[in-house]
Amino acid sequence: MSILVFAESSEQGYKKTALETVSYAKNIAKNQGSELTVVTFNSTDNSALGLHGANKVVNLKGSAFDKFNPLTISQAISEIAKEENSKIVVIDSTLNGKHIAAIVAANLEASFASNIVSEPISYEPFTVRRNSFSNKAFQNMELCNEIKVLAIAKNSYGATENKEDFTEQDYSISEIKNTLEIVSVEKTGGKISISDADIVVSAGRGLKGPENWGMIEELSEVLGAALACSKPVSDIGWRPHSEHVGQTGIQVSSNLYIAIGISGAIQHLAGINTSKVKVVINTDPDAPFFKAADYGIVGDAFDIVPKLITELKKFKEQ
Amino acid sequence: MKILVCISSVPDTTSKINFSEDGKSFDAEGVQYVINPHDEFALTKAMHLKESNSCVVDVINVGTSKSDSVLRKTLAIGADKAIRIDTEAKDGFFVAKQIANYLKDNPYDLILSGKESLDYNGGMVPGMLSALLGYDFVNGCIGLELSDDKVTLQREIDGGKETLKASLPLIVAGQKGLVEEKELKIPNMRGIMMARKKPLEVIAATDMDASTKTVSYETLPAKGTCKLIDADNVAELVELLHNEAKVI
Repeated sequence: MSILVFAESSEQGYKKTALETVSYAKNIAKNQGSELTVVTFNSTDNSALGLHGANKVVNLKGSAFDKFNPLTISQAISEIAKEENSKIVVIDSTLNGKHIAAIVAANLEASFASNIVSEPISYEPFTVRRNSFSNKAFQNMELCNEIKVLAIAKNSYGATENKEDFTEQDYSISEIKNTLEIVSVEKTGGKISISDADIVVSAGRGLKGPENWGMIEELSEVLGAALACSKPVSDIGWRPHSEHVGQTGIQVSSNLYIAIGISGAIQHLAGINTSKVKVVINTDPDAPFFKAADYGIVGDAFDIVPKLITELKKFKEQ
Repeated sequence: MKILVCISSVPDTTSKINFSEDGKSFDAEGVQYVINPHDEFALTKAMHLKESNSCVVDVINVGTSKSDSVLRKTLAIGADKAIRIDTEAKDGFFVAKQIANYLKDNPYDLILSGKESLDYNGGMVPGMLSALLGYDFVNGCIGLELSDDKVTLQREIDGGKETLKASLPLIVAGQKGLVEEKELKIPNMRGIMMARKKPLEVIAATDMDASTKTVSYETLPAKGTCKLIDADNVAELVELLHNEAKVI
C-alpha cells in the first residue's frame, strides 16, 4: 500500500505547486508509514521528485500521453492506484490537475476534497480543512469512503526536501478512449502566470485610463511580478480579460499582492484573500480594501507608484 | 441536438457568509440566491447555440424547492424546460450521480456547467459526470463553436490556452470567456411571462449515501489591522515588506 500523488512537469521542470503537492503527500505517507509513489507524464528528469520524497516514480509514456488527455490520464492514475492499493491519492492544483481530480475520484468511487489548505486535521476519521464559499470560510470535512482523493490549494503547503532514493518505471496504456484532439496550444510567451506568481501587482479604475499602465508595468518588472487588474478595468476593455482577478476571474494565492487604485469589492477580495501579504494603495481611506490589507498607503497612485519604483530599485541595488 | 445545462443555486456574490450556531450548516437568513455565475456563462452560451442551431436547451438542478426561483429565472432567460431532482444536495459526488442517473434514461448531446459553484467550490460535478458516463470532458472552457456534430473549444491551460476538437456527447465546464459578461441575459417581461408556462419537472432522487460529511464551518479569523504607511515615506513600505513580512 502506498500513497499516490500526481505531479505534472512543465517544460521548465517541476513547478513549485507540483513539489508542494509531493511534499504534502510525503507528509501523509510518513504519518501512515507508507511509501510514496509519484505519477507523472512525459517527464525526463525526475530528480526533484526524489528530493521531495518519492520512493517510486511512474512515468506515463507512449502515444496516449503525448498530449494531455484528461480521460486517458485519469484512467492510468486510477489503474495505478488500484495496483498500488493506494487509499489516498493526492492531485496537484494546476489547471490540468483540476481537470482530472474529479474524474479520478469518481473512477475510484472515492471521497473527494478540493482546495485543501492544511495537512489532515485527523486521520481517524479522515478530516481535512478546505476553502469554501469563495475563500470566505473554511469547511472541515470528513471523507467517509475507503479511498480518498485530495486536491491541495496552491501555495498553502510549503515544498520541503526529503531526499529518497527512488525507482522509476514507465507505464503505457494500449486503448485510448478519448476523441479529444488538441489542435493548437498558445502560450503567453515569457510572462509570469498570475496564478503561479509569488508576487502580483494589480491595478483598478483608480488609474483613470489604460494609458497610465506604464508605471504599473514598470513596478511589476522591478518586482518580477505578474500583472493583474480588477473586473471593472477588464470589463471596460482597459486591460485584457486574462488579467482579471476576483471571484469570477483568476484566483490569486501569491505571497505578496499589491492592489493599486482598487477599492476592494467583496467579489475582488474573494479572489485574492488567500494571498499571504496584501498591500493597498488608494486615495480613499474608507476603501474596503484597507480592512483586508496588511499594509496600506493612503495616497494618489500617480504620486506613490513612481516613488515605490525608485525605492525598490534602491533596495534591489543593495 | 439537445443541450443540458447544470445549474447551481448559490448565495449572491455580495452576501455575507454566516453559519448556524453549531457551525454545521450555512445560515441562509436574509441571503438572496442567484444562478451560480459560472453556470450563467454556460447557460448564456447554450442560448447562443440555440439561436444559431436548432436545439433544445434544458436545465437541471439537484436541490429542494428553494432552487425553484433560480430555475424559473433560467426559464425566463430562455431555457425550454427545467428539471429538479428533489433532494438536499449532499455533496458533489452525490449530485453528479443523481444527474448521471437521469442522463442514462434521458440522453443529451452536450452537457454544460460552470467550472465550480461559488458556495462549496468543489469543482467536482462535471468531471465526475464525465467519469460516470464515459463522455469526454473539457474543463475551464473559454470558447465553444458548434458545426454539425463537431465541437471546437478553447480551454485555459497554465500560461496560455489550448484549442481542441471534440465529438458529441461531450461535457463542458465553462467560465467567463465562454461568453462575455456583457452578453449575459437579463430576463425581460415576455420571458418572465413565458417562463410561467414552461415545465419545471420535479423528479424523485435516487436513494444514496454521501461520500463526505461537513464536520463544521469556520469563518476566517479576524484580520489584524492594516499598518498604514505615510505617503511621504514609501521607503518604509519597502523596509517592512523585506524585514517584517519577508516577501521581497
